[in-house]
Amino acid sequence: MSNLSQLAWLVPIFPLIGFLINGLGRNYLSKTLVGIIGSGALLLSFITSVLIFNKVSAGELLIGEAGVYFDFIKFGSFNIPFAFQIDQLTSIFLLVITGVGFLIHVYSTSYMHEETKAHFARYFAYLNLFVFSMLLLVMGANYVIMFIGWEGVGLCSYLLIGYWFKNNDYTNAAKKAFVMNRIGDLGFLIAIFYLIQHFGTTTYIDIFSQAKTEGSSSLITIITLCLFVGAMGKSAQLPLYTWLPDAMAGPTPVSALIHAATMVTAGIYMIARSNVLYALAPSTMSLVAIVGLLTAVFAASIALKQNDIKKVLAYSTVSQLGYMFLGLGVGAFTGAVFHVMTHAFFKALLFLGAGSVIHAMHHQQDMRHYGGLKKYMPVTNITMLIGCLAIAGIPPFSGFFSKDEILIAAYAANPIYYVIGLFGALMTAFYMFRMYTMTFLGGFRGDHHHLPHESPKPMTFALVVLAILAAVAGFIGLPELFTHNPEGHKLANYLAPVFKDGEALLAKHAHPDHTTEWILLAVSVGLIVAVILWAVKTYKVYKLENDAEPQGFSKILANKWYVDEIYDAVIIKPILAIGDFFGKVIETKGIDKAVNGVGKAINFGSRKFRYLQSGNVGNYILIMIVAIIILVRILFYLPMS
Amino acid sequence: MPINYYIFLAIILFCIGVTGVLTRRNAIIIFMCIELMLNSVNLLLVAFSKMHHARALAAGAANTTAGIEAQLFVFFIMVVAAAEVAVGLAIIVMMYRNTHSVDINFLNRLKN
Repeated sequence: MSNLSQLAWLVPIFPLIGFLINGLGRNYLSKTLVGIIGSGALLLSFITSVLIFNKVSAGELLIGEAGVYFDFIKFGSFNIPFAFQIDQLTSIFLLVITGVGFLIHVYSTSYMHEETKAHFARYFAYLNLFVFSMLLLVMGANYVIMFIGWEGVGLCSYLLIGYWFKNNDYTNAAKKAFVMNRIGDLGFLIAIFYLIQHFGTTTYIDIFSQAKTEGSSSLITIITLCLFVGAMGKSAQLPLYTWLPDAMAGPTPVSALIHAATMVTAGIYMIARSNVLYALAPSTMSLVAIVGLLTAVFAASIALKQNDIKKVLAYSTVSQLGYMFLGLGVGAFTGAVFHVMTHAFFKALLFLGAGSVIHAMHHQQDMRHYGGLKKYMPVTNITMLIGCLAIAGIPPFSGFFSKDEILIAAYAANPIYYVIGLFGALMTAFYMFRMYTMTFLGGFRGDHHHLPHESPKPMTFALVVLAILAAVAGFIGLPELFTHNPEGHKLANYLAPVFKDGEALLAKHAHPDHTTEWILLAVSVGLIVAVILWAVKTYKVYKLENDAEPQGFSKILANKWYVDEIYDAVIIKPILAIGDFFGKVIETKGIDKAVNGVGKAINFGSRKFRYLQSGNVGNYILIMIVAIIILVRILFYLPMS
Repeated sequence: MPINYYIFLAIILFCIGVTGVLTRRNAIIIFMCIELMLNSVNLLLVAFSKMHHARALAAGAANTTAGIEAQLFVFFIMVVAAAEVAVGLAIIVMMYRNTHSVDINFLNRLKN
C-alpha cells in the first residue's frame, strides 16, 4: 500500500458518505445542513484530488498491484480485483469531476431551494451518488470496476432526469435515457466478455501489454467496436443520441453536471483509456472519427432551429461530443481529453447560466420569450458571453485551443474531415450566438409585470469561477504554432505517458506545416467571427410577432430531422405491436387456454371418476376382480423377461 | 386321480366363493364365501404338494421331502384362518349389535 493508494480511496468515499447521510436523513436534516453536507463532501474530494494531482505530477503513480484493495471476484485462476489506477489521465478527470461537481453543488443549493426538505435532500443524495459512481468509473483499474461506475452513473442519470417524477413526460424521458444507455451497455458487456475470454483478465495494464505484443487482430477490432457501441450510448452519438436532448427534463444543474460536463464524457474516457486497443484497430478508429464527425454536424444542424434554451445546449453538447470522438478517431487522444476538459468548463458554465436565466424567468425555457436580459442580469450576461465565445472557438478562450487541436489533427488525417468539421464549428458559432442574442440582447419580450432579477450569490459564484476557467483553461494546451516549442503543450506533456503506447502504434499523419496551419486558423477564426456577427445581426431585431412557422428545410431542422418519429415508427411501434400480439393472441389464446384446459380437464375427469367411489363394497370387489383378471391376462401375453 | 380334477374342483369352489362375495349382502354368507375361497386355495396347495411328491418319488429319490412345504403351509393357513374367523365373527357381532342388521350395504356411511 503506497501513500497514493491510501489517498485514492478517500476521493470516492466522501460523496458516498454524503449520499448515505443525505439519503437516509432526508426527512430530518434541514436544507442548509443538506447543502453543506452535499457540497462539503465534494469539496473534500476536490482537495484530495488536488493532492493526488500534485503527487502524480511529481511522478508518483498508482498502477498494478499497488492499487489492489481486495479481491472482488475470484474463482479458479481468474481474478478481478477491486483496484484503482491513478495515472495522469485519471488525475485530470478527477480534478474536472470533483471541481466542476463542487461548483454545481454550490449552485444547486440555491437553484433547488424551492423544493421541499425531503426532495431537496433526495436531490443532493442522487447528485453525490452520481459523483461517487463517476469517480469509480475513472479510477477503476479494470473494465469491471469501470462498468460498475458506468452503470452507477446511468442509474443516477435516470433518477435525476426523472427527479420531478410527478410529470409523466419527465419520467418517460428518464426511461428513454435508461433504455438507450442499456443498448450501449450491452456492447460494453460483450466487449468485457471478449476481453476475459481472450486475455483472461480485465486489468488495463495487463490487457494493453498483452495486446501490444500480439499485434492487431480481428478480435481486437470486434472488442473495440463493442466498446464503441457502449461509448455511443453513454456519450450520445449517432444513432443513440436521442436520449440526451430529452434528458433536459431534469433540473438544470443536473444537465450541467451529468449531461454536459461529466457523465457523457465517460465514453471519451473509455476510448482514451483503451487507446492501445484502438490503435491496433484502424478500421474502428475511422468509424469512430466518421460517427463523431456526422454527429457533430447533425446535432449542430438541429440546434440551429431549437427555441428551448436547454435544447440548444443539449444538441450543442451532442455536437461537441462528436468533435471529441472525431479527435479520438484521428488519433488526437490528447486533443480529445483537452476538449473534454474545456468543454466541461464552458458547457457547465452555459448550462448554469441557462439555469440562472430560467430561474429568473420563472421556469420559462422558451427563448422567444426572453430578450434584453443583459440589463437585468449583468453577471449572467458576461459569464454566458464568455461561455459562448469559448464554445464558438474565438481566441484566446479555451474552446479555441481544444477545438483547433482536434480540427488540425483531423486535417492531417483527411482534409475532408477538416472541411466538414469546420462547417459544424460555424454552425456552432451561429446557434450559440443566436441563443445569446435572443436571450440577452434586443428588447424584453417577456411578462413585464414579472421583471427578471439577477440570481443569488451561490449561483453567480459558480458562474464566475467557471467563466474564469472557461476563459483561461486553453492556455494549458497551447499549440506548438504559438510557442515554437514542442514542450509548450503542457497537457500533452502531462498526458504523454498514458498515450505514448497508443500513439506509437498509430500510423503517423504528417502534421501540416506552419504556413498551412496559420492559414487554416485564420480561415476558421475569420469565418466564425463573420458567422457570429451575422447571427447577432439577424436575431437582435427578433420579434415574437414576426416569427413565422418554419417552412421547408428549417421545418425539418426544427423537428430534429424527425429522428424521434422515425425511431418511433421503425422500432418502437413494431415492438409494441409484437408485444400486443404476444399479449393478446399467444398469451390469452395459447398459453392461458392450455393452462386453463389442463385444470378444466382434471376438474371434469374427477367429477366423472367420483361415481366410482360408491361406498358399495360389492362394487369395489367387482372392480378389483375384473382388474385382477385383466392384469393376469396381460401377464400371460407379456414375455416373461 | 389326475391333478386336473383337483384344479377344476378348486376353480369351481373359488368361483362360487367369488360369486357369493359379489352377489350376497348378508355379511355371514360373504364371510363363508371368503372361507370357501381360502379353502379352495388350500385344496390346490395340497393337490400340488402331492403331485410334486409323487413326481419326486417316480424320479427315483427314495426319502424325498419334495412338496412337503405346501402341506405345512396349509396347516399354517388353517390356523390363521381360524384366528381370522374369530376376529371376523366378532366384527359381525359388533355390527349386528350396532345396526341390528348384517346387511353390508347398510354400511355405506363412508360414502360422500
